[in-house]
Amino acid sequence: MRFLARLAALLGMITALAAAASAQSGDGPLVVTVTEGNVDPFPIAITDFIGEDAESVETGADIARVVTNNLESSGLFAPVDQDAFIEDISNIDLRPRFADWRLVNASALLVGRVSVDEQGRLLVAFRLWDTAAEQQLLGMQFTSVPENWRRLAHKVSDAIYERLTGESGFFDTRIVYVSEGEGPEGEPTRRLVIMDQDGANPSFLTDRSYMALLPNYSPTNQQITYVSFRDLQATSYLYDLQTGRQEALFDGSNAAITGGGQSLSARFHPNGRELVMSVERRGRHDLYGFDLRTRALRQLTNNPSDDTEPTYSPDGEQIAFASNRSGQPQLYLMNADGSEQRRISFGEGRYTSPVWSPRGDLIAFIKQQGSMFSLGVMRADGSGEERILYDGYFVDTPAWSPNGRILLFTRGDYSANGTRYSIWSVDLGGFNLRRLPTQGAASDAAWSPLLD
Amino acid sequence: MKLAPLAALAAFSLLVTACASRPDETPVVEETRDDEVVTDNRPAGPVPGSLDDFEQNAGDRVFFGLDRYDLDGASRETLRRQAAWLGQYPNARILIAGNADERGTREYNLALGARRANSVRDFLVSQGVDASRISTVSYGKERPSCMQSTEACWAQNRNGITVITSGAVS
Repeated sequence: MRFLARLAALLGMITALAAAASAQSGDGPLVVTVTEGNVDPFPIAITDFIGEDAESVETGADIARVVTNNLESSGLFAPVDQDAFIEDISNIDLRPRFADWRLVNASALLVGRVSVDEQGRLLVAFRLWDTAAEQQLLGMQFTSVPENWRRLAHKVSDAIYERLTGESGFFDTRIVYVSEGEGPEGEPTRRLVIMDQDGANPSFLTDRSYMALLPNYSPTNQQITYVSFRDLQATSYLYDLQTGRQEALFDGSNAAITGGGQSLSARFHPNGRELVMSVERRGRHDLYGFDLRTRALRQLTNNPSDDTEPTYSPDGEQIAFASNRSGQPQLYLMNADGSEQRRISFGEGRYTSPVWSPRGDLIAFIKQQGSMFSLGVMRADGSGEERILYDGYFVDTPAWSPNGRILLFTRGDYSANGTRYSIWSVDLGGFNLRRLPTQGAASDAAWSPLLD
Repeated sequence: MKLAPLAALAAFSLLVTACASRPDETPVVEETRDDEVVTDNRPAGPVPGSLDDFEQNAGDRVFFGLDRYDLDGASRETLRRQAAWLGQYPNARILIAGNADERGTREYNLALGARRANSVRDFLVSQGVDASRISTVSYGKERPSCMQSTEACWAQNRNGITVITSGAVS
């Protein structure tokens, strides 16, 4: 019963979120039930996955550790301390002693097994149990090469997350970010790093011979865009992470763009085949659509001010962007063909960096007011009130988790000799603020879609 | 609000050329080492037409107000000197780098830096410098001259810096 109650509470919260999300009409302020109280995280016992041989036993413990860290860091789960466990699981095909697990306050129990088949492939099987109802909630098996054990642990985590919350997970994903440092002569370096969502397996994507900024992930495949300085000015690049191939999207010789100006952060259409970005011509920045297959370039905005930071709605029909056409930067909305441009931010301060939620209902943004920076979300149509999720000395570059529940953002903390940059995550309710495990100064996170 | 930093900037823009990276420190005597004084037999002042000549006698940078890219009187004065210098050394080619302070978001600052670089470019062209000798770049907030977290430092980083890329006397 308790399990069901807790699950109901958890799902209730999610439902409240969804309700807030779907309430599109402008009847009063944005629903704030989500922010009014944090939901108790859901207690789950995660046992070490069992194995026949020493290597499998070790892998089993590693998998349990990764799953535990994933679920715990989501803020929605409270893994029970393994030292409290009473029953020692030796066979995952037998029913566990549910009373033992209820006694340690575990509402759900995860048991699993690691084995290696004749072809040398790793088999990871698991069962998720409801300890109150004494019923199996989930039973699955994943197979891969042994080196992929971490990814299997992430897939197990995603399956559990999805079963218990009703939302898709985000654990089998990667994050690209900018590592900030200094070269041998004190010159600033900005290098792209890719890592697993939990910080494992970090590796550099670019070297220090040029600055790389503002990566964005394709929603459909392993491609990113970013801004490269290798062409002696900021230039939008496409980087295929599977082949390692990079190409400049604009080299200034494109007939549609004269003046050889910079091209900034390119964001993907939800179909993954088109981009939208801000391109400079003699100081002024307009928005352009770019078709990756036909190489056709289409000018979408045309005014004397600076239109920057475009972001597609998940249905691909609209684009939000920042513009200083009213004097200081504010957020605007238009149809994907550039028609019906209209302002959607009217609060005090300067609004930049809009990023459309993959759920479609919200737009994240950065607000600068006086000496304070804030990360906020507003309804995509600009109605209702904005909700501030974090504020502090400096905030920039929001990036959504693929399920739209969590935002990554660049946070700058004051220090006398220059701001210290790091990447943090916060959930849609403004809770569960956590630092992303990066090495050194870090900024500009981009979050991949779920891997295949 | 906007006028105060501009006025302050005009006042120390000359000082900056001498100590670009650490403006808050007044030049101190002990930085001049004895051996340099003894062995340096060159005439006082930079070689005409050299990079040092440009930086010291024309001034290599102009400053902008918060979130602005228009040129004030002091900046136009500096750029007139730059244009005159470039008129004297017609083989020199220049890169104008637009910079922004760190108190703004990254992409917005790249756009702002491009605006500043183009303001400088347009003024130099209006003073007779051939546009083909000029290229521009925006570094946004990525290449600050001054690293301290102070308003004076941020004011210095809101600039347009003219770099002689070729054709200077060495």
